[in-house]
Amino acid sequence: MGILEVKGVNKRFGGLQALGDVNLSVEENTVHAIIGPNGAGKSTLLNCLVGKLIPDSGSVSFAGQSVLGRTPHEINQMGISRVFQTPEIFGDLTVYENTMIPCFARRDGTFKLNAIGSVGSQTDIRDQAMAMLEDVNMADKADVHAASLSRGDKRRLEMAMCLAQEPKMLLLDEPTAGMARADTNNTIDLLREIKEKRDITIAIIEHDMHVVFSLAERITVLAQGTPLVEDTPENIKGHPKVQEAYLGGHG
Amino acid sequence: MLGLNKKDTNLLLVVLALTMLAPFILNPFPTDSGLAQFNAGYPDLMQRFAIFGIFAIGFNILFGLTGYLSFGHAAFLGVGSYSAVWMFKLLSMNILPAIILSVIIAGLFALVIGYVSLRRSGIYFSILTLAFAQMSFALAYSVLTPVTNGETGLQLTLSDPRILGSSAAADGSIPVTNLFGLEMRSAWDMAVGPWTFTFSAGYYFCAIVLLVAFYLSIRIFRSPFGMMLRAIKSNQTRLNYTGLNPKPYTLAAFVISGMYAGLAGGLMAAMDPLAGAERMQWTASGEVVLMTILGGAGTLIGPVLGAGMIKYFENILSKINESVLHGWFAFMPDGLEDFFVAIVYPFVGKGWHLTLGILFMLVVIFLPGGLVEGGQRIGAAFRRKGKKAGGAEAEAAKQQPGE
Ligand SMILES: Nc1ncnc2c1ncn2[C@@H]1O[C@H](COP(=O)(O)OP(=O)(O)OP(=O)(O)O)[C@@H](O)[C@H]1O
Ligand SMILES: [Mg+2]
Repeated sequence: MGILEVKGVNKRFGGLQALGDVNLSVEENTVHAIIGPNGAGKSTLLNCLVGKLIPDSGSVSFAGQSVLGRTPHEINQMGISRVFQTPEIFGDLTVYENTMIPCFARRDGTFKLNAIGSVGSQTDIRDQAMAMLEDVNMADKADVHAASLSRGDKRRLEMAMCLAQEPKMLLLDEPTAGMARADTNNTIDLLREIKEKRDITIAIIEHDMHVVFSLAERITVLAQGTPLVEDTPENIKGHPKVQEAYLGGHG
Repeated sequence: MLGLNKKDTNLLLVVLALTMLAPFILNPFPTDSGLAQFNAGYPDLMQRFAIFGIFAIGFNILFGLTGYLSFGHAAFLGVGSYSAVWMFKLLSMNILPAIILSVIIAGLFALVIGYVSLRRSGIYFSILTLAFAQMSFALAYSVLTPVTNGETGLQLTLSDPRILGSSAAADGSIPVTNLFGLEMRSAWDMAVGPWTFTFSAGYYFCAIVLLVAFYLSIRIFRSPFGMMLRAIKSNQTRLNYTGLNPKPYTLAAFVISGMYAGLAGGLMAAMDPLAGAERMQWTASGEVVLMTILGGAGTLIGPVLGAGMIKYFENILSKINESVLHGWFAFMPDGLEDFFVAIVYPFVGKGWHLTLGILFMLVVIFLPGGLVEGGQRIGAAFRRKGKKAGGAEAEAAKQQPGE
């Protein structure tokens, strides 16, 4: 049994069957990639995992517990963190503050009225946040307003925010989209390093095959809302069905 | 000092100096001079500055930090006033228990109204708060007459029980509000040459409460809670997917700001023991929005400045009537005098709202950060000038592109 179990999930948007009978099992402490052409339903699937969307039918369970019917913040507290396709960060706050918030969430839970002590006196949180920023090479930007970061840096920050929670599982929706080659390689290195340093399960949606084949241990190919195949990267590369549905266009 | 960093400590000290020296600062003109009508250093107005400063500080904790724009905060102010007056009627004329009850009751009201209104955000939230406030106004005005005395307003009478005090003072009149015997209306005049400065017990009590309220708001701004509130304003989606529940955070901010409003309402009644429904009307709710935006929403000192500015306009500009204007322009030939009076007249006296409206528009368009942003820009301009004068022109030139 995997840490994440998706069984028979369906999701319709009006007349469009975005997900049709999706089954997916992600093993603990592996990197599992989900690939597929545009509009295949990859983001929709992720949204069903984190409580943003509720599937029409089927079940989703994480670490043995159902996530259906829970709010996004409850699911996050179960240990699932998510990086969005377009970075979701606190634009009006500094990079340092952005990183401190997930540290607070991990220590204090969904709500704590800590209204009198100053943020400056929270040394444990500050140290954790700073260590995280150093890990992603953003310590020099700690006092910059997050909104003024480059697109690549915004993604890096969002990833740092998710990792600062030390989640059991990290969901990434096209983490390298819009990044320059060098940044993409940095991201690959960062994710590898994270994987080596701690016990974490990663599910990643990617269009960039370089990223997918550098990281993934298993790959699921999604097309028109249904999984076509699931296999190791070596087997996926040569799979005729995949070539036809997805990789064909790339060569 | 007091758990604040250096910058915040300085700000607090500035506010301390301003409030303690207000009777001097606000009375710059000799009593008999023609400009004496611009003096604002009389107890009644100074108390208003402090009370509305507190109201706006509290409003800013909700609006400035979370971005949730409430159009119903006057309801909490009104509730605070009614609670205090009831305390004066039933318990004693000591203002301390009255103010404590004001804060508690306003907090409870805010909990209920906030719980319902915060189910929605944006414009729908604003409309819900407005609806609640208008409902409270209607209740106070007519339905709940036994509690609020309806149109007339709640007043003290000689037949009130006042179980810990006396129904009537020794001379047979209604007793006055006091703090353990110190009468709020007591004042002391100091004459220095042609100037007169008035020190009133009521004002100094309000000023001390303002200082405490301001200090608490600094602590809230700098706390993890304050940071979460700013995060709510910035991106609620991210907050949700970071395992934090925005609802209790916004509700807590709503209740805290409601308690500030209740405190202001209680103080109002402590200075002048009556309460009327008009205190809850939507215009009063709109006024605190204007104060906060005019001064600078989300800044610490802005709301206090905005409150001071609006109350100054309301009380000073509105007193300039046609004959005063004729006095000013008397040095001109008759035709010109009438012309200038005709031009200026719509902006003063009863027309002070017009001036306020124009000022508000100018601030929103040119200084979105309010008066505080204006101050910062002036400060920056001076600093740049100073550097140039000091011969560091090259450095200043280098900095400019980055600004
Ligand atoms: N909220 C929504 N309402 C209606 N239709 C939607 C909604 N979200 C997604 N869709 C549709 O569902 C289909 C799957 O979308 P989804 O975003 O999951 O694709 P994707 O695989 O992530 O594509 P991409 O690679 O472009 O990100 C698309 O046809 C999309 O238009
Ligand atoms: Mg997508």
